[in-house]
Amino acid sequence: MIRRTVTRPTMNTSQIIADTGRRNFLKASVAASGGLLIGFRFPGVSAMAAESSGSTFMPNAFVRIGSDERVTVIVNHSEMGQGVYTSLPMLLAEELDADWTKVGFEPAPVDPKYNHPAFGMQMTGGSSSVWSGLEQFRQAGAAARAMLIAAAAQQWNVDASTCRTESGAVLNGSNRKLTYGHLAAAAAKLPPPEHVQLKDPKTFKLIGKPIKRLDTPEKLNGKAEFGIDVKLPGMLTAVIARPPIFGAKMKSFDDAKARSMPGVRKIVAIPAGVAVIADTFWQAKVARDALRVEWDEGSMQNFDTSKMMQGFRERAKTPGTSVRKDGDADGALESAAKKIEAVYEVPYLSHLMMEPLNCTVDLRADSCEVWTGSQFQTIDRANAAKIAGLPPEKVQLHTTFLGGGFGRRANPQSDFVVEAVHVAKAAGTPVKVIWTREDDMAGGWYRPAFLHAIEGGVDASGNAVSWRSRLVGQSIMAGTLFAAMMMKGKEYDPASVEGVDDLPYAIPNVTVESHQAEVNVPVQWLRSVGHSHTAFAVECFVDELAALAGKDPYQFRRALLQKQPRHLGVLDLAAQKAGWDKPLPKGMGRGIAVHFAFGSYSAHVTEVSVTDGQVRVHRMVCAIDCGEYVNPGIIAAQTEGGAIFGASAALFQELTFENGRLQQTNFNTFPVMRMDECPKIETHIVNNQEKSGGIGEPGVPCAAPAIANAIFAATGKRIRRLPIRMTEAV
Amino acid sequence: MIGFSVNGKRVDLDVDPSTPLLWVIREQLSLTGTKYGCGMAQCGACTVHINGEAVRSCVAPVSRAEGKSITTIEGLSPDLSHPLQRAWLEEDVPQCGYCQSGQLMSAAVLLREKPAPTDEDIDEAMTGNICRCGTYPRIRRAIHRAAEMVAKGGAR
Ligand code: FES
Ligand code: FES
Repeated sequence: MIRRTVTRPTMNTSQIIADTGRRNFLKASVAASGGLLIGFRFPGVSAMAAESSGSTFMPNAFVRIGSDERVTVIVNHSEMGQGVYTSLPMLLAEELDADWTKVGFEPAPVDPKYNHPAFGMQMTGGSSSVWSGLEQFRQAGAAARAMLIAAAAQQWNVDASTCRTESGAVLNGSNRKLTYGHLAAAAAKLPPPEHVQLKDPKTFKLIGKPIKRLDTPEKLNGKAEFGIDVKLPGMLTAVIARPPIFGAKMKSFDDAKARSMPGVRKIVAIPAGVAVIADTFWQAKVARDALRVEWDEGSMQNFDTSKMMQGFRERAKTPGTSVRKDGDADGALESAAKKIEAVYEVPYLSHLMMEPLNCTVDLRADSCEVWTGSQFQTIDRANAAKIAGLPPEKVQLHTTFLGGGFGRRANPQSDFVVEAVHVAKAAGTPVKVIWTREDDMAGGWYRPAFLHAIEGGVDASGNAVSWRSRLVGQSIMAGTLFAAMMMKGKEYDPASVEGVDDLPYAIPNVTVESHQAEVNVPVQWLRSVGHSHTAFAVECFVDELAALAGKDPYQFRRALLQKQPRHLGVLDLAAQKAGWDKPLPKGMGRGIAVHFAFGSYSAHVTEVSVTDGQVRVHRMVCAIDCGEYVNPGIIAAQTEGGAIFGASAALFQELTFENGRLQQTNFNTFPVMRMDECPKIETHIVNNQEKSGGIGEPGVPCAAPAIANAIFAATGKRIRRLPIRMTEAV
Repeated sequence: MIGFSVNGKRVDLDVDPSTPLLWVIREQLSLTGTKYGCGMAQCGACTVHINGEAVRSCVAPVSRAEGKSITTIEGLSPDLSHPLQRAWLEEDVPQCGYCQSGQLMSAAVLLREKPAPTDEDIDEAMTGNICRCGTYPRIRRAIHRAAEMVAKGGAR
């Protein structure tokens, strides 16, 4: 039984949509097409059942309406749990006045017309899908609606302005009604409108409502197809022996035993290591484990994270590259009535998506098809094409569901795609490369380890007068094709300092300095990127300053945020909902944190207890202000999920290296929060009309500092290193 | 040859008896709803029922299935009508969805054994199932909701 639900439409969409750039897509040429619609997904309806024939109206790159009334929204962002297969269709369906029960989704193929409007390539990241798609998807829906109205007006011989739309139909007067399916063929013959009027937000029927996700049904019966589930005729499976140390090179391998094992077809050296290609995953994995590979261990064979952190500590004693300088922080420290210094440290982290990395490739003489859960379609296709020796247009990349992404599937070198194309070259058949959990964890591209050394002072009346932050860690951007765009000639990586360079507190003297560490461990963006460590350092240190000033940590923050209304808004909301002033039982403590990231404001108030050195998080009250929003149900889910993601890192997670070798291998040594450890979580969403911000990442940063500050409230001890260990508290 | 039934259908397979049941289900039987997450009974993504008991199929050799009756997520109900599936829909539980087959299969055994589970029962039964996306609060609510449905007789 073979399911290939994610297949290209049989019609040539590139002919249909000449140009759908942000400004130009209304002028796109339009065509109708008979034929199959493949790859439709409707809730609870299998892909096969949803195929239909009949005429189709495809007014632009983002929507297709069939004579069967189905509205397919083509989504240019990857679904990795954050809800884009629902929130983006909602935007389009709102303006289209579609019947929501007829709306489905389809992942976009790779094409420049699906580029991210702000980042100029097809990708998903930076908590940007909804805000960047707001106009794109609404315009696309409005344009389709205008053409359907025009088609109906023509048939009735009335003025278009006398027609209205409702739930998938055009209406006129009291008794005339034509459904979109009926109008599809006629609408396809009309020119697209030059200009469309978007709805007044007051009339929204979908936007702003907690609409249920379109992809839920198929995630409850095993039908949702993730990359690891792709199956092609004649497909083999490969497992790769990769270097045990970063930068190690294969010297030789002995495959005498592996070669004779059942199901093994080929064993080949590729740039990533040695690939064992077999009939099934298990055969490939067992044979891979039986390989004997000799490695030239290279320069990282003595690498030790504890030594690295010692080096960071030394480096933090010297001035770094200036990132921000307000007033004279050093001078103000000298004259401060009281001062304090603290060093915060965070480790390397693995993204640990639930679905380990995998990629399926069908390489032919003049074409290449790739199936994977990608966050970086444009780059992955280009990198695959290079290895395949084909122009990018000859490579089709099919985006499956992602079993979590968290940034790992947005790899600037397309590591997991490139090696799969190499394997496919050797295999001569379609092949799926599967990483074991251990392979995935050891494969690098981690959240970099960081150290923040902070000094601050208060005056005699307890006002904060000075703040000096120095941080040390690896750059994510340096050496990638993003360096030019993101670093813009700066000598520091904005992704390292984000969240401290924009310190929002009204402190007259602020210095932020950065040291870029050069370590040969591949690093990458992990959910909330720099904010995943800067919020911890900044919000813990603000708490330490409050204690130094003898002030309540909530009121201390309030006083310093008087000019930051949205920070203040979420801070007050979280404090009020949590009952900040209500006393807690002995042994418990309440901590607070507030942070701005990815266009949104977040605050947490967290309650913990500490018993015999064991920290238990009981309650997390989260407030989020992401401006104008689309689906509050999804926002709540992302905020909760982000809080749990952040709490997992704070409580449990650390990657360490000894003699160049990673010490953690699987969930047993790199734990994730589990059901019995999960606190009660409440989410409170600010309702306003501010510019839309992100939601996938902003829920993460406050988790760690709010927990650490709660531990201080409970025990009087400060946490300055993650993951939290009470034995290290000071 | 190893013979067992899967979702009510008899299968006989010529397969190495030491192969984990997970990979036989996924690759030989093409039932890919059961997921691989860790391969060492840590995450629960691979949970199936063997004779009604929740088992981590990644560490169960296929030989253990001999003569038994296996249920996978595809066999939980033909049409999303299981009270847990209905409750999961109402609470809109999944995010990426990758862990959810395992979550549902673990919850199904819990609900059968404890039709009115307490929070402690849920902690105990569900702690072996990791969700990296953090859907635990919704899973908890959905299990309670499914229990209510069953109690009201609204489910099969
Ligand atoms: S894959 Fe079996 S428990 Fe994780
Ligand atoms: S929904 Fe993504 S791992 Fe659970």
